[in-house]
Amino acid sequence: MNALTALTLKASETTIPVVAPTDADGPFTLLWLIIALPLLGAAVLLLGGRYTDKWGHLLGTATSAMSFVISLVLFVSLLGRDEGERQISQHLYDWIDAGGLHIGLDLLYDPLSALFLLLITGVGSLIHVYSIGYMAHDPRRRRFFAYLNLFVAAMLMLILSENYVGLFLGWEGVGLASYLLIGFWQHKPSAAAAAKKAFVINRVGDMGLGLAIFLMIVTFGTTSFSGISALSGGATETTLNWVGVLLLVGACGKSAQVPLQAWLLDAMEGPTPVSALIHAATMVTAGVYLITRSNFVFELAPAAQTAVIIVATVTLLWGAIIGCAKDDIKKGLAGSTMSQIGYMMLGAGLGVAGYAFAIFHLLTHGFFKANMFLGAGSVMHAMDDDVDMRHYGALNKMLPVTFLTFAMGYLAIIGVPPFAGFWSKDKIIETALVESPIVGICALLGAGITGFYMTRMMLMTFFTDKRWGSTDSGGDVHPHESPKVMTIPLIVLAALSVLGGLMLAGNWIVDWLSPVVGHAEHHEPPLPVIVITLITVAVVAAGVALAWFLVGKQEVPRVAPADVSIATKAARADLYGDAINEGLVVTPGRATVRSLTAGDRSIVDGLFTGGTTVLAGTGELLRRLQNGYVRSYALGILGGALLLVLTLVVVN
Amino acid sequence: MTEYIVLSAILFTIGSIGVLTRRNAIVVFMCVELMLNACNLAFIAFARQHGNLDGQIAAFFVMVVAAAEVVVGLAIIMTIFRTRRSASVDDVSLLKF
Amino acid sequence: MTAFWILAPIMVVAALGLLFVRKAVHAALLLAVVMISLAVLYAVLEAPFLFAVQIIVYTGAILMLFLFVLMLVGVDASDSLVETIKGQRALAWLVGLAFVVVMVVGLSQLTLGTATGLEEANAGGNVQALADLLFSRYVFIFEAASALLITAAVGAMVLTHRERLTPRRTQPVLAAERIRAYGETGAHLGPLPPPGVYARHNAVDTPALLPDGSPAAASVSRVLAARGTMRSAGLTDIEAIKEQLGVDPTAKPDAKQPGSEATDGKEDPA
Repeated sequence: MNALTALTLKASETTIPVVAPTDADGPFTLLWLIIALPLLGAAVLLLGGRYTDKWGHLLGTATSAMSFVISLVLFVSLLGRDEGERQISQHLYDWIDAGGLHIGLDLLYDPLSALFLLLITGVGSLIHVYSIGYMAHDPRRRRFFAYLNLFVAAMLMLILSENYVGLFLGWEGVGLASYLLIGFWQHKPSAAAAAKKAFVINRVGDMGLGLAIFLMIVTFGTTSFSGISALSGGATETTLNWVGVLLLVGACGKSAQVPLQAWLLDAMEGPTPVSALIHAATMVTAGVYLITRSNFVFELAPAAQTAVIIVATVTLLWGAIIGCAKDDIKKGLAGSTMSQIGYMMLGAGLGVAGYAFAIFHLLTHGFFKANMFLGAGSVMHAMDDDVDMRHYGALNKMLPVTFLTFAMGYLAIIGVPPFAGFWSKDKIIETALVESPIVGICALLGAGITGFYMTRMMLMTFFTDKRWGSTDSGGDVHPHESPKVMTIPLIVLAALSVLGGLMLAGNWIVDWLSPVVGHAEHHEPPLPVIVITLITVAVVAAGVALAWFLVGKQEVPRVAPADVSIATKAARADLYGDAINEGLVVTPGRATVRSLTAGDRSIVDGLFTGGTTVLAGTGELLRRLQNGYVRSYALGILGGALLLVLTLVVVN
Repeated sequence: MTEYIVLSAILFTIGSIGVLTRRNAIVVFMCVELMLNACNLAFIAFARQHGNLDGQIAAFFVMVVAAAEVVVGLAIIMTIFRTRRSASVDDVSLLKF
Repeated sequence: MTAFWILAPIMVVAALGLLFVRKAVHAALLLAVVMISLAVLYAVLEAPFLFAVQIIVYTGAILMLFLFVLMLVGVDASDSLVETIKGQRALAWLVGLAFVVVMVVGLSQLTLGTATGLEEANAGGNVQALADLLFSRYVFIFEAASALLITAAVGAMVLTHRERLTPRRTQPVLAAERIRAYGETGAHLGPLPPPGVYARHNAVDTPALLPDGSPAAASVSRVLAARGTMRSAGLTDIEAIKEQLGVDPTAKPDAKQPGSEATDGKEDPA
């Protein structure tokens, strides 16, 4: 690997590492099993039908847990290797072999996929465990676990693939699983519509990814990471910019970034474990993974990188603002997710300096956001599936475990030291400030808004006056703590939320990822690091204080007040994301289709029907000549003969 | 020689008008025969004009064909008459729109 | 030329007659006039063989066939000259006249020059010369014509053939039927009486007289009876004869011709 590092291309001021894996040996030959186990689980549960109802959830959890165990073993094995030997590939079989195009089903295990493996299988297993309790009363629990396993398998395929086509396979797989799980309660029209919406918007993004892959095949003749990372220096900047922008479109679709963000809020119609696993911790971060993985493209495509930064900055503010106005606890968390993924994308867009922090924030976010979603699920469980925070209040005594774990997640997300979110978000803001003051200030502002809306959520749910169980609400709610099978995952995730920051200890994660993303030269930020940290904490504190005065100190009405500012109305309406889609895409598209169908009816069909009408009319007239009288026909013959003779005479 | 051809043309036209105006199938047939004979006259006149016998041979074959035609045509008329009790060509007008 | 100028008007008039006569038989006779005239013209035009063929085949055979069919269809069937198709008659005349005018105008523009004549071609005899051509250059067409004629003959037979749909009734069956009909309804068992045969009227349309002098209706064909062409015969006729002769045959029982006439023989015992 050291010899291969010499081959890396010199670009701008940093070096881009080439992906040059060695063949798998020892424990790494088990790599394929990580994907195969949940896939097998899904197959057994889906094909086994109701015979597996009794133990289906246990099998689903077991396959996921076994994948986690193998991931852990591999991770430890990887730790034992030299830094230069931490890229391992496993060739399963030749997948596509057409002419000059050879695409194998290859797996790549490197520091980046190792971290993702641990996150997906680890958090995934915890959520499996949680779901055993959460879905206990659902008659279709076995099917739910089948879908969850399918999702885990597809997600693992996504992050373990050594080429973009395999990644695309996983990418579509998680899209399918997401669709199935959002619409899991398909008897609810809103859930069915949300699933459809997520699927359709994701198709737009997938088209971008697909086009990017085609462009790579045309440009490089290969889709493998190793091939493209070695060849990317030879391509023109324009081509790489296009590839980068198309990859960004794909990432926007999957990661709910502006302008393809509209589906994520509706995706909350799915069961809460799904929201936690797919729409907070793992799948939606696939876009960040894609951009980080494609660092060898983005490093040489400055325009695409700029586009990533712009999208990320817009999204992190967009999501934060939406989060401020939502009364639905899950939708509030979804807005927060959008915003946090915006931070990750921002980190990824900042280049070599930011990749590691993007992944770091991704991991910590995976912990604390899963924690909070599961906590929200626990609250909903207690409140008879009521999601409106205006009906909560003063639940801290009723749900002590949920409250404490949720609080850990809360402190982590707003970035209170020394919780995990503090370390990761602070690093991204710091790097952003180095890169561009405007972006950095926007990120800082986002952190403040995060402090505001998370505090608002915390207060409305666990503090303030209790607004449930009263006569006028008509509800007969008796909040109770969730069973152990649900609280234990909460506790584990809360612990991770607290301790996730340890990954930064001794700059470990940056060094760990440097074989994949390259090593950045250190730039001095415009202000001393400690000052930036203090400013960040101060801004967050201001947000928290604002929330305390606006929500905590006042009466929270059970029904959302209607006479609110324009900004609040806009935020409640998802900043008119749906309206923008409706106006820019759906309405013109519908109008186009309508005019096309009208054109098809009147012009294309009209040409045919009109032609036949004219022919039929002519025939109607001409058939009068066919009167059956042979003498009439003979007259025609004589007339013809007359014309013939007349012609002869005239011509002569 | 032109007068023979003119006579032939006149007879042919009279025959064709007969075909168009008469309704008794047998008379129509007679008119057809008249047309054929008019053609024969032209053939024979031209044979003499050009001094070779090909025209006469043609006329001969016209007669052969006319004979065959008359046989079949009259048989058809008989058949129609047997079923419809009428020899009018206008009665046989079912084959139409 | 003389022959032409004599025959041409006759032919045109006869042909025009074909258009106007009401009875098909008259049309056939007019057509015969045209054909025979044509035959004469053929002879004038140095085509003796075709002259003969025209007379024998056309006038003799084909026209006879026409008359035969006319007889089968009914000699009396005459054609109404009232037009049924709207505008057909006027249009036919219009187009026909236009046609003849155009033909004549077109022909008048031609200058044919003096005829070559057929002396040279007919040097070895017209029939031999035709035969030479017919069996050399036109032999294939000749064979084809023979095939056509055979086909026409077969076609005519097929067209006029009637398939037997019921089993043939043999004589025993017919006899049994007659006896059964006599036993059940008293139908006349024997043959029908022959028509009347008289000195003046020896015809199938005259009924025989029964012993009492009344006419026997069954003795005349039912077709004739239906047409109403049955002649009245009987005692009235005898009275007329008596008046004509001035002799009363009944007054002379010792008649010179006893039993010479069946009616008389029948009359006597009455």
